[in-house]
Amino acid sequence: MVCLCLLILIIFAISNRIQKMRIFAKAKKNCMHDKIYIAGIGIISAIGQNVAETLESLKTSKHGVGPIEYIDTIYKDKIPFAEVKKSNDDLKTQLGIDNEKFITRTSLFGMIAAGEAVRNSGLDLSKYRCGIVSATSVGGMDLSERFYDEFYADNSAGNIEGIKGHDCADSTEHIADYLGIKDYLATISTACSSSANSIMFGSRLIKNDVVDVVVAGGTDSLTRFTLNGFNTLMILDKNHCKPFDANRAGLNLGEGAGFVVLVSEKILKELDKKPLAEVKGYGNANDAYHQTASSPEGQGAFLAMTKALEVSGLQPGDIDYINVHGTGTGNNDLSEGVAMKRIFGENIPLFSSTKPFTGHTLGAAGGVEAVMSVLAIQNKLIFPNLNFSEPMPELGISPVTKLVENCNVENVLSNSFGFGGNNSTLIISAVK
Amino acid sequence: MKTYINSATAISPQPTLGKPFQLTKPEKYETDYLKCVEPDYKEYINPTLIRRMGRVVKMGVAAAIQCLKEAGVEKPDAIITGTGLGCIEDTESFLNEIIKNQEQFLPPTSFIQSTHNTIAGQIALLLKCNSYNYAYVHRCFSFENALLDSMMMLREQNDIKVLLGGVDEITPVSFAILKRLGIYKSVLGSGADIFTNKTEGGIAGEGASFFVLSGNPDNAFATIDAVKTLYKPADISETENTITDMLKQQGLAIADIDAVIMGYSSDVNSDTLYDTLSQNIFAGNNILYYKHLCGEYFTSSSFAVWAAANILKNNSCPDAMKLRCRDVAKYKHILVYNHFKNTEHSLVLLSSC
Repeated sequence: MVCLCLLILIIFAISNRIQKMRIFAKAKKNCMHDKIYIAGIGIISAIGQNVAETLESLKTSKHGVGPIEYIDTIYKDKIPFAEVKKSNDDLKTQLGIDNEKFITRTSLFGMIAAGEAVRNSGLDLSKYRCGIVSATSVGGMDLSERFYDEFYADNSAGNIEGIKGHDCADSTEHIADYLGIKDYLATISTACSSSANSIMFGSRLIKNDVVDVVVAGGTDSLTRFTLNGFNTLMILDKNHCKPFDANRAGLNLGEGAGFVVLVSEKILKELDKKPLAEVKGYGNANDAYHQTASSPEGQGAFLAMTKALEVSGLQPGDIDYINVHGTGTGNNDLSEGVAMKRIFGENIPLFSSTKPFTGHTLGAAGGVEAVMSVLAIQNKLIFPNLNFSEPMPELGISPVTKLVENCNVENVLSNSFGFGGNNSTLIISAVK
Repeated sequence: MKTYINSATAISPQPTLGKPFQLTKPEKYETDYLKCVEPDYKEYINPTLIRRMGRVVKMGVAAAIQCLKEAGVEKPDAIITGTGLGCIEDTESFLNEIIKNQEQFLPPTSFIQSTHNTIAGQIALLLKCNSYNYAYVHRCFSFENALLDSMMMLREQNDIKVLLGGVDEITPVSFAILKRLGIYKSVLGSGADIFTNKTEGGIAGEGASFFVLSGNPDNAFATIDAVKTLYKPADISETENTITDMLKQQGLAIADIDAVIMGYSSDVNSDTLYDTLSQNIFAGNNILYYKHLCGEYFTSSSFAVWAAANILKNNSCPDAMKLRCRDVAKYKHILVYNHFKNTEHSLVLLSSC
């Protein structure tokens, strides 16, 4: 296995150079120079109901993985999850929504995190051309699977209100209505890279002058559907996950939402504060290898990172921290690590997976980790990759295992990879 | 900047894939809803792969493969799809398994295939295509989101080819649920009269429409000039203003539009809005309709865009689409207008080239 990986690395080191040159040449002439800034962030996950709680948990290594409380499943005490520690009624009360109203947990998370991001930005959205790009993997499945239990036995049974929020756009429209956003709405679903893609599309909407402000991110709630789906793939760790470790045994599922408020340079001048960060680069590529597995050479990941670096105008050596996709599955972490070696050689920047904190929040992961990337820059921190003890023998690389403080984090590269070979990379940078 | 159409294909309830552009108005509907005329998939997809693909994936992949073939493109530089409900057959099948087997010993296939980007991902896998790959899933904006992304991409890099598609499927279960929600009705035994004696619910359908788009006029037969979405307009004048503003930005007036393709679905509530517009701002325009041919579904506007592209290509309009139409010497500009429950409204402007 070790020899095979070395051989793959050598072969790709040669083809890398050629490919990089091609990609750089093609994109260079079309490079757009408008800057996209992050004016606000909002988050909800198993480690906190807002940005402040999230930061505190990240600093004190307080993770959110534990027994299932809110899903009706036979796996309740067998597989750990990273649930948001609030019932739907709690969340509705927080948002001032009638408890009797049918509204999906996915929508509730989205409204809370996007609402926080907008408040954090201090922007009055009604003054601008404003859009929302949200993302989710299973949309309102949390309520529709309950409806379906009754419907399955009798097609005229089940409260039909419970299925209205099934589709992926339902949560986006709830968030849009809650925030008064009308000018542009889009929803993306590319599995676990969904919300990295929404931040990428949101940035491009601003660069193409479609809107001036975009609330971009994603939201997902845990469902029996997702739990059983990942369980059939046998990639759920029965214990707390340990990404990038030699003895990693799978992922922990999580839930939540993460949103950023993206603004154009033009709007930035009207802000009475410095922006939190800049979206400097982004890239999406397809691994074109397998519906669920990543290629051994990490081709999709390699291309996504290469494209993002090209858009940013940065060199690999400029990256200070990689928030890796790092799910904890045997396949992902090896493939991602191989791709990182292809880009960075022996000089891999400090890196960590924050998924042992939040679990894998699927369609929300790109948004959640974009928020964490901003937090790393703002607070000069690099968050630890919990549970790591032994490097993969194939790669011999080790993530950060203890909180790094007073670290000048200027450029963060954040990876999100999904089923269907969908690979995305964002580069989030400090504003100078 | 213009977006050029190099090829356009559709799998629809009419025999449309790889066939001359002919559409026939059904005399009488023989089923509850319109189901696609599906091709022999072996002609498009490796048989060993077909087995694992859900119906919506097969429809999407076959329409995409034919579209690339017609445009002479081997690997597109971007694959961008829109789907309102994605792979519902596989989603249902996994939900059924969970209930039937009480969460134990479940086969993973239907879960794996149920993600909304399966169609775009499978096209990439089949073509070994590493390029940009996206799936938009926003109800009646799904195709329009994907179209705007395609147009932006061609503005960013005009020497590329984009594969764009709109795909949705219907199943007995999704029909039953959407009927209970009042979105659909059964058309079994009815004929064209459903568009004159309207009742609640639209005619249900499905389809897969694909396009190869480029930034230059070589081998192109039509252009897409603009796409505009409008969310929850306050009143009809906001809708009208959006239409006139969009045309004005393209240097056009309403009188310049040779035909407006409207999303009449036979739903008494939705169709009122089309009637109002055709009697007011579009009073002097030719009006075409299409959902009696493909049915109502979240990405049905992709079928209308496919039809519009073909009308421009052939400079002739099938009689089956004509609702209020005089002879047109030369089709230059066609506007597609669709809305869903007065919530998501969309406009796509196409021109001859």
